[in-house]
Order: sequence, then structure tokens, then C-alpha cells
Amino acid sequence: MSGRDVLPTVIWPIVACALGVAALACVPFLFGDYGLSMAINIVSYTVLATAWSLFSGPTRYVSLATVAFFGIGAYTTAVFAESLPWVAVLAIAACLSVVVAAIVGLATLRLSGVYFVIFSLGLAELVRQLVTWWEVNKTRTLGRYVFTDITAAQIYWQLLGLAVLVFVAGFLIGRSRLGLALRAIGDDETVARHSGIDTTRAKVALFVLSTVFMTLAGAIMAPRWTYIDPAIAFNPVISFTVLIMALLGGVHRLYGPVMGVVPLALLFEFLLARFPNHFSIMVGLVFILIVYAIPRGIAGLVEQTVERTRRQPA
Amino acid sequence: MSALLQVEGLTRRFGGLVAVDSLSFSVDTGEVVGLLGPNGSGKTTVLNLLSGALKADSGSVALKGQAIAGKAAHQIARLGIARTFQLVRPLGSLTCRDNVLTGLAFGRGRSWGVAARGEADTLLDRVGLARARDTMPGELTYIDQKRLELARALALQPELLLLDEWLAGLNPTELEEGIALIQSLSGQGITILLVEHVMDAIRSLCGRCLVMNTGRLIASGLPQEVLADPEVIRAYLGDDGSGEGGDA
Repeated sequence: MSGRDVLPTVIWPIVACALGVAALACVPFLFGDYGLSMAINIVSYTVLATAWSLFSGPTRYVSLATVAFFGIGAYTTAVFAESLPWVAVLAIAACLSVVVAAIVGLATLRLSGVYFVIFSLGLAELVRQLVTWWEVNKTRTLGRYVFTDITAAQIYWQLLGLAVLVFVAGFLIGRSRLGLALRAIGDDETVARHSGIDTTRAKVALFVLSTVFMTLAGAIMAPRWTYIDPAIAFNPVISFTVLIMALLGGVHRLYGPVMGVVPLALLFEFLLARFPNHFSIMVGLVFILIVYAIPRGIAGLVEQTVERTRRQPA
Repeated sequence: MSALLQVEGLTRRFGGLVAVDSLSFSVDTGEVVGLLGPNGSGKTTVLNLLSGALKADSGSVALKGQAIAGKAAHQIARLGIARTFQLVRPLGSLTCRDNVLTGLAFGRGRSWGVAARGEADTLLDRVGLARARDTMPGELTYIDQKRLELARALALQPELLLLDEWLAGLNPTELEEGIALIQSLSGQGITILLVEHVMDAIRSLCGRCLVMNTGRLIASGLPQEVLADPEVIRAYLGDDGSGEGGDA
């Protein structure tokens, strides 16, 4: 291919994405407070669900530890936001998640299937209990106020930037050796090992990367709450919500999770407003429906229809 | 000729069962060696020990003089031992080309990008899957899946190829093609250790055979000699060929 052929196929998608992000960046100017808070909700879950499926999609290791890292990020902000510059707070959050995820990954990614699921759920609870114990016995408070001068619009822009980073990371990994290694691991870990893949290193590397995004999302979101305690920051519902959003969208494509985030975020908002007392039951029904009716997610449905329409004229 | 693979006193126990019992043998560069024995005699366990899927309880394995016993499977793969599996195990969500790319990307060549894709296509051509590059493994016939697995193993650029009943379950025509394919690999200088039950294949492929029974080596030599050995016959058929084996 000559340079002239490559240019349009490379440049136009980038231009289109840049325009899309620029349009999304205008949201704080166009909608009111309610619209902005919905947008923050959607973008933060987009980061979490996409980061989740970076690791869990190809490897098929279902993790319920999302909130452990999200909460670590939120607490980092709560502890350091008043005393340190914002960039330093984010850097500390990222470093903490690298350390925790590397230890957890090396210790547990040998587990497979349901054992890993249970462990990851336990991990989130363990971190919550540790933070609670520390706060009660050492600092003698169970809640913290998060005072910063960060506005809602600034939170939104940071999350949008983080979302762009997640997608870029996912795009690059999908085209790298690491991406191929993870897909091989998801198919058959034994075969992957016998093909020369250091499966432990590949899994830990991606687990760490995926949790860094989750932790940063937590750190950026914390100022929204002004008050946090362990029950808020480490709420297991967040892990389950991320999981079901990613599954609805489809975890085998980079663009999949966001297709689950948008409808479900809107649906949950509607259910919370209309049926606050029956919310959990409704969410449970939605879970069951998704798993049975669309196992490959919306991305899978889209691919099916595209394939069908392509075959028909032939 | 020098010994490519040197195995000394290799032992592996599963609980009280000694699956491989102080096994010693060597394979020279360029040889095609058959590993025979009745079901449950420990052949697949030997391949698992050599390829790093299992760790030996004792004994040593050396590839070109380098000790490899105890190393992880991916390290052994990178050192030059590739394997296929008794039941085919293609990577189901990857196209045929990507299946082969895994071996290329993480094997000794560590090639990637356009060059690796070209190499993958060459390997698929070589095993007879030129038309199936973008096909998913699930759509292939049984023998084609076996070809794919072979291409993935070859992508590691192995010095020693371990084939675990690669010819089992093929019809007579496919068997001929399979034997020709393995012969062509041997002709290109790859040393092969194969576990096999198909006697035609053993006779036409193997220069030498090792026979195992209950974890021990009971015979070694030319195929026709080994197959006529009274102890080998006893291992396969029972004490006098009609008595104990009668109700099987």
C-alpha cells in the first residue's frame, strides 16, 4: 500500500473520534446540573466497564473486585486531596493500585473459574473491612469529608479524558502480542503455555493495567460525594453493576461495554426514581434477562445483523 | 550424531501410582522415535514431563546438554520443544492464522506484524491448510484441526517435536497424507518423538522404537524387532496371548 492509500483509512477514524470526544466535551455547557450528573455517571461506568473487560473479556476471569480498586482511589482522594496537589493524588492512587493488583494478581491468578470469582468478591470485602478497622481504631472516625474546589464539569472532563485513555490502551493492546496472548489464554491456558506464552506475567500485566483505570476513576469521582465512608466507597453493587453493563454490551469487542453502559445507566436511573423500593428485584430480573437472552451482548447482536444483511444480497 | 534429548531416571508418581518409573533414554538429532506401549503405560505422562506440563519427582532431562526438568512449559517451548495434544486443542476464538501466530509471536522467532503473518501463511500452506487462513478452527474437519495444531507447534521452530497420537482417528487416505507430512518434517531436519498406536505409521516412520509398560522401558530398537519381542507381546496381549487377555 502506498502512503496515499493508508492516509484516509488511518486519518478519518481518528478525526471522527476526535470530533466525537470534542462534542462530548461540550456536554457541561449544553445541559443543566441533572444532565451533567447523568453524563458523569455514564462516563464513569464507561471507564469501569471498559477497563473491566480489558482484562476479563479475553481471559474470561470474571472479577468482582472492581469496587476494591474504585474504593482505594476514592479513599486516596479523601486522605490526600486537601494536602497535596491533584496530580500527586492521582499518582498515589495509580501507584497504590499497581502494588495491590500485582500482589493480588500474583497470588490469585492461578485460581480459575468460580474460585477466582469468589476470591475477587472476598477481596473487595477484605479491603473494606481493613479500611473500616483502620478508621475506627487508628483515626477514630468512620467517615471523611472530601473538600476540594473541583467542579462537576471538571470531574466530567477528567473522566472523559480517562475514558479516551482506556480506549486507546484497549486499541493498542488488541493489536499487540499481549492481546493475542490473552485471547489464547482465554481459549485454553494449557495450549497458551505450550505455545511459549508466560501466562502468569500476561495476566498480571493486564490485571494491573485494568485496575489502574478503575482506581483513577474512583479518585476522580470522590469529590462528587463530599462525604465518604467505607460502605459508600466499597459498595459491592458497583462491582455487580459494572459486570452486568459489560456483559450486556459484549466483552469481546472494545466498543462493547459502552453499549451496555448507556442503556443500563438510563434504566437504573429510571428504576431508582420510579420504584425505589423494588430496585434490587428489578435489577436482578434485568441480570437474568441479559444472561439468557443476549449472551454475546449488544455488540454480538450488531455483528449478527451486519453479517446477515451482508449475506442476503449474495 | 549427538544426543539432542537425554533423559535419565525420570520418575513421576500420582499418589501411590508410579506413572513413570526411572525412565532413561536418549534421542539423537534427526531421528524419528516411536514411543509405544499399552494404554496407561505412561506414554502421555512422559510427553507431559518433557514439555513441562508436569514436573518430575526425580530424574533429569537435557536438551542439547541444557537441563530443562523443572522449567515452566513456556520456557521449554521457547527452548525448542513443541507438542501436539492427544485430543486436538485448537484455540477456538482465533482464526487459523492467529492460532499459528501465537507460536510465532512467543516462540524462538518472536516475530510479529506483517512478517509474522507471512510466516503463518507459509506454515499453513506447509500442512495443507492454505485455504483456511481466515477460517475459525471449529469449522475445520478433524484432520484439518490436527493439521492446524501441527502448524502451531511448528511455529515455535522446534528442534524436537512431540506428537501425541497425532495420527489417531484418521481414515486410510488421511493416514497416508499424515504419514507423508510427518516424513517431510523429518526430511527438513526436525527431530520427532511420537506416541502412536497405528502400527503402519510406526513401521513407515520410526527408525527406532521405545516400548513402555507400567511406567518402565521394556524394549528399545528397530520397529520390527521391538514388535516381535516376547515381553512386548506379553505387555500388549497378556501372558500367552490368549489366556488373560481373553475377556477383554
